[in-house]
Amino acid sequence: MFVRGLKRKCFDGEEDIEGTLAGIKAIPSYNLQRQSLLDMSLVKLQLCHMLVEPNLCRSVLIANTVRQIQEEMTQDGTWQMINTQSTGQASLDRLVSTDILCRSSREQAEGKHVPSYGTFSKDFEGDQGQDRSETMSTASSVQAPRNLQSNVWEMENPQENKGNFQKSLDQIFETLENKSPNSVEDLFSEVDNSYYDLDTMLTGMMSNTKMGHCDGLETFSSPTNTASNSNCKSDLNELDHIVEILVES
Amino acid sequence: AGAGGGNDIQWCFSQVKGAVDDDVAEADIISTVEFNHSGELLATGDKGGRVVIFQQEQENKTQSHSRGEYNVYSTFQSHEPEFDYLKSLEIEEKINKIRWLPQKNAAQFLLSTNDKTIKLWKISERDKRPEGYNLKEEDGRYRDPTTVTTLRVPVFRPMDLMVEASPRRIFANAHTYHINSISINSDYETYLSADDLRINLWHLEITDRSFNIVDIKPANMEELTEVITAAEFHPNSCSTFVYSSSKGTIRLCDMRASALCDRHSKLFEEPEDPSNRSFFSEIISSISDVKFSHSGRYMMTRDYLSVKIWDLNMENRPVETYQVHEYLRSKLCSLYENDCIFDKFECCWNGLDIVMTGSYNNFFRMFDRNSKRDVTLEASRENNKPRTVLKPRKVCASGKRKKDEISVDSLDFNKKILHTAWHPKENIIAVATTNNLYIFQDKMN
Repeated sequence: MFVRGLKRKCFDGEEDIEGTLAGIKAIPSYNLQRQSLLDMSLVKLQLCHMLVEPNLCRSVLIANTVRQIQEEMTQDGTWQMINTQSTGQASLDRLVSTDILCRSSREQAEGKHVPSYGTFSKDFEGDQGQDRSETMSTASSVQAPRNLQSNVWEMENPQENKGNFQKSLDQIFETLENKSPNSVEDLFSEVDNSYYDLDTMLTGMMSNTKMGHCDGLETFSSPTNTASNSNCKSDLNELDHIVEILVES
Repeated sequence: AGAGGGNDIQWCFSQVKGAVDDDVAEADIISTVEFNHSGELLATGDKGGRVVIFQQEQENKTQSHSRGEYNVYSTFQSHEPEFDYLKSLEIEEKINKIRWLPQKNAAQFLLSTNDKTIKLWKISERDKRPEGYNLKEEDGRYRDPTTVTTLRVPVFRPMDLMVEASPRRIFANAHTYHINSISINSDYETYLSADDLRINLWHLEITDRSFNIVDIKPANMEELTEVITAAEFHPNSCSTFVYSSSKGTIRLCDMRASALCDRHSKLFEEPEDPSNRSFFSEIISSISDVKFSHSGRYMMTRDYLSVKIWDLNMENRPVETYQVHEYLRSKLCSLYENDCIFDKFECCWNGLDIVMTGSYNNFFRMFDRNSKRDVTLEASRENNKPRTVLKPRKVCASGKRKKDEISVDSLDFNKKILHTAWHPKENIIAVATTNNLYIFQDKMN
């Protein structure tokens, strides 16, 4: 069967746990499986940001699955349990699908110090416009930093974790949203062709260049896009590119 | 012919179209298949934005044991890849859906759509051309006027048949999200287009305006939990349409009720079976296709594991449920990991009592509503002698595998049949594998 990566840490088929130690062993196994599913889902959500426009249906379904797991974990109280349980060993048991692309090489470099998933996702958002091509060719095995990531995530205060988790989920949706920011949104729903009015676009952009491109492009990009130089640079390059094309035509 | 069911029909291989090699070019991946209203034409769309139309040969009187073959009639590039500069994203040229208009004159019309733009194409034949101009040579060069000594009237002379496709209307800029469905109204003047969050109503003559009739986008995108997956107009009632969602619900709306049909007239939803509940329950309940029966009394929905028939008069559960590949239920985690769980299978009717849908390993399934029998068949070049009756296949879920059965773990999940179509009048079916189109017919006499 065409299966990648995760083999037995799965809900497939029979349980690995025999009846003997069922009481005690069964619970961590289910938790481990559930955690693996959660990890897998989070990676999938990030992955779908990297490609051409994300498939919204798929993203929504995965996000709902993540929420479901989170709710169940909160109800069980296992949200707290996970933190005490994690070790280097556990992290290796996590989803380690070797051909899942994770992050750009730059993020990997920066990511060593990144403590929380929330920040991770925020960094990621800023880079996605530029790094799409990079990520496609990045060596796929990012297990080490990824596991370090989740490992460190677990070490943290569970309350903060939950907050960060929720925040990161929201950020993912914000990113989906910001692919089609409100201002452009309204234009579309009225079938207003001024969206393609080059003058409007140019004016909007050009008048803001003095203030710094990040501000000028704010309506077109994520509001959480903080003024990091790299983000400004990528936007600046994009703006130049657009202007170049417009001028040429 | 009347009493025949899915299993009483003996399906035979008729033709296969497409490249033979296993190495599939991405652009050749078939993304939609549709017969026209008479069944004479069969259109396919592919990932490269091309439309290929096949035409059925006139029935040969001497060969009464088989129906006419389908041969290429026209090929054209419907959509090109585009770049959305504002969002810095590519817009794929893949054809998501093709829908034919009923024929009104000599020309044929169809709507084809990619993620963002719908186009109305006119396909017309030219088999005569004017000859004998006074001022031009046959090759188009202008003659020296001083050499013209007599005048003649140009006449039409027969020429080799040429089939031309030209875009007559382009319906653009109305969808922020990806278009998943188009459906032509029974008034033959309007049609709807649906994306993940909105449904728009168009008039076929008017391209610069469309009416938004459904909008499920939440004010705050963080609250988004459900998307539209398919939509279709009722075959007879021109004010009624349905749309399905990723949560397994179908809403029937009446456009007479209000301008914005956000409130449904009917909501079709089956209560969840608690014994089958898992983290994947919602994903597998997501409806990938919805199709009305010819009468409009019933509609069929396809979710990941099953096909359900609904009576429009009963909202709380389907009247029939058919399991397509229940043996996958225990494999859902792996299918989630490799993304197969998100595959969108379509389904189709013979219009009344037999439904068909695709599965993996190039298998497709047929269910007879009357006899309740079902059959699994395979689209494969191995059975490619014309009039070879297809042998039913069987998947062994667990335990001892019998001879000729195939075990679940041996299924090829890369070979999926997502798109199938049934001839509107005859027992001819078109089944698309990744890059090949198979045509099967019932065994006559």
